[in-house]
Amino acid sequence: MDGQGQDFKWIGKRTVRPDGVDKVTGRANFGADFSLPGMLVGKVLRSTHPHARILSIDTEKAHALPGVKAVITAADLPDIPSEEAHFGEDPTDFRHVSHNVMARDKALYDGHVVAAVAATSESIADEALGLIEVNYEVLPHVLDVEEAMKPGAPLVLEDLITGGVTPTPKDPSNIAKRVQFDLGDTEAGFKKANMVVERRFTTKPVHQGYIEPHAVVASTSEDGHTLVWCSSQGHFMIRAACAKLLGLDVSQLRVMPAEIGGGFGGKITVYLEPLAVLLSRKTGRPVKMVMTREEVFRGTGPTSGTVMTVKIGATKKGQITAAEATLAYQAGAFPGSPVGLGCMTAFAPYDLENVKTVGFDVVVNRPKATAYRAPGAPLAAFAAESVLDELAKALDIEPLELREKNAAKEGTKAPYGPRFGPIGYVETLQAVRDHPHYSAPLGPNQGRGIASGFWMNFGGQSSAVVNVNEDGTVVVTLGHPDIGGSRASMALMAAEVLGIDIAKVRPIIGDTHTIGFSDITGGSKVTFASGMAVVEAAGDVVAQLRERTAMIWEVEAEGVVWEDGHALPASTNVGEFEPLSLAQIAAMAAKIGGPISGRASINAKGAGPGFGTHICDVEVDRETGRVVVLRYTAVQDAGRAIHPAYVEGQLQGGAAQGIGWALNEEYVYGDDGRLQNPGFLDYRMPVASDLPMIDTVIVEVPNPNHPFGVRGVGEVPIVPPLAAVANAVENAIGVRMADLPMSPPHILAALEDKA
Amino acid sequence: MAQVVLTNELANQFAGGETKLEVPAENVRQLIRALEERYPGMGPELEAGMAVAIDGEIFADPFLEPIGPDSEVYFLPRIGGG
Repeated sequence: MDGQGQDFKWIGKRTVRPDGVDKVTGRANFGADFSLPGMLVGKVLRSTHPHARILSIDTEKAHALPGVKAVITAADLPDIPSEEAHFGEDPTDFRHVSHNVMARDKALYDGHVVAAVAATSESIADEALGLIEVNYEVLPHVLDVEEAMKPGAPLVLEDLITGGVTPTPKDPSNIAKRVQFDLGDTEAGFKKANMVVERRFTTKPVHQGYIEPHAVVASTSEDGHTLVWCSSQGHFMIRAACAKLLGLDVSQLRVMPAEIGGGFGGKITVYLEPLAVLLSRKTGRPVKMVMTREEVFRGTGPTSGTVMTVKIGATKKGQITAAEATLAYQAGAFPGSPVGLGCMTAFAPYDLENVKTVGFDVVVNRPKATAYRAPGAPLAAFAAESVLDELAKALDIEPLELREKNAAKEGTKAPYGPRFGPIGYVETLQAVRDHPHYSAPLGPNQGRGIASGFWMNFGGQSSAVVNVNEDGTVVVTLGHPDIGGSRASMALMAAEVLGIDIAKVRPIIGDTHTIGFSDITGGSKVTFASGMAVVEAAGDVVAQLRERTAMIWEVEAEGVVWEDGHALPASTNVGEFEPLSLAQIAAMAAKIGGPISGRASINAKGAGPGFGTHICDVEVDRETGRVVVLRYTAVQDAGRAIHPAYVEGQLQGGAAQGIGWALNEEYVYGDDGRLQNPGFLDYRMPVASDLPMIDTVIVEVPNPNHPFGVRGVGEVPIVPPLAAVANAVENAIGVRMADLPMSPPHILAALEDKA
Repeated sequence: MAQVVLTNELANQFAGGETKLEVPAENVRQLIRALEERYPGMGPELEAGMAVAIDGEIFADPFLEPIGPDSEVYFLPRIGGG
């Protein structure tokens, strides 16, 4: 069951994207595009202190301002108990989500929401925010992960006891959790090594950088039901979180998915949505809330800043004997950094007998860290793949050869325990070796680096409905928001199973009242998991088409087969019948049992792990410190590329984000604990002119657990670039850059140190 | 009997640091019941927040997944992605 040897009609075709016309013409409706009559404008007041006790909030003057319809603070939200929430990356706590949405006793970071208003216009809402009087007791703050771990550091959460250590500590600290994964005996492994390399790395928090700010409209009717329009990575997640935070039944909320202008993990939680619902319920009017870009930077995301140490030992011949990593990740103001995933992924591309990773999840006075595309993995891979490169140099072995010698294969035990099934890492290394980029000549001050990356990929709960229209066209309704082109892939899989033209298939995203529960779009799951649901639902339709044909022909259903979009007699024994097309059967549906509709609601299992290897060429300007990426090639095992152009787009997008992370992006805080660069002018993301055309190579080692062999592809491509760029820079100037970003001042300082 | 591997955190909390165990069970539900019997308090922890890998395949919401007599079973943190 992976499609091997099958001759596909639609799988693998580069068809026109179903959402393309609406998006290029501006007709597509994103979160902020929705409006209703009588709608109020909602705005939030944010703390400008990184850490302060809220002594009192006086909203009287704001309430009294004409045009203001509601003012809310944490006192208006239920003080809910702790309860584990699973939105993505590491589990979080609904109580913490509530306290992040609206500060309760303390403001924990610059940008933390302390109050919200709904008013008849934006200007009145802004004026009302200025009339809210918050009396703060300013507290010492801590931003740095190592400072936060020290005894005596200001306590971000005063009741936080470190988990994962025995005995349980008596005193609170900023270390939320310690995790450890190990195989074998690293001490013995390092004794067998002829060469050991150990290095410390640091990285800064970076934002997911989605182009669309968070936006929501909530409208409550007199019967207490609220409609919510917003863009997110999971409208069922929005419903669950709003219900939990506000003490509502989930059936009181209907969440309509808008088109989404990027998420990358940053939209798997709630920020404005519960506040908009509450303001709407208080006023009885629709309320719209839209973040500014500054609010996006100060109040949402980012991913963790880190301090990491990696140590790898190997024999003279390049056999790795042991590897260790200690990772400390900033969680932001509440526990839940992706450090566990960093520990699990750091050395996953390699077949290691002795490996140990230890992680610390550390709270600091920054916005709560949120998932960012393969959460935790790019950081750990930056450290591990950099040390691997340094080790290769010390052993005088080609870096690619060192990776080949130690590559994980089917049967290899992952560093977190389980053995891999069929995987395509070795194939990505071979594709790199065979690629003309790998052997192309380099000029002065130019360097080439390679790095690999891993992501486990996920399945999960997915629902799909396939409705056959009376003219034989088909509507496929899906439960996952389409972020990376899933509608196109779902249409292709439905067309393949049904055997009809792709132009006859229209894929749409259902809302929370019209389609069965589906998990968030995240974890590179949708083409895999939702695809399995679509294949099953389309198969359900085929079974019904065979039954309906059997009724028309007056034979048993077993006597009918479905081939190339037509019902045919299974053999001459069944009788002589002209083939019936899907459209012909659909036209007769009323007479043979009514509408034809297939459905599937599944918990998809068997996601296939993904591996990628990237080649990066850079040129370093020794006078200015500027690094220019000259050429970049991303190679990845996709299992089976359902829509290759979208897979290539994922590889290019992940590489572009990773290059930005490596070279320029960082949150800059002042000594006062306030964010100094909350905008795209000062937060430097790569633009098209910063990057070369990113070449891609898709390797296909099918996942045996999917009908067409699909593996997730969206997250792997952001894992290798940080190290690939760093390894290229080292190759160009002979300096190992262990601190990100490798921005011009840092490159110049490193060159100066070397001199 | 299935070879069961606990996370270090669970092993330290409930099993005196022992990460590798042999447990008779034909599915995950039976396994968790057997572990709860052996280490009171571990069962709810496993059910609430853990994924299971059986012979290399990871199950995020395990319940009745079969376990063979020679299966290798890992309890892992229940995790997602971005």
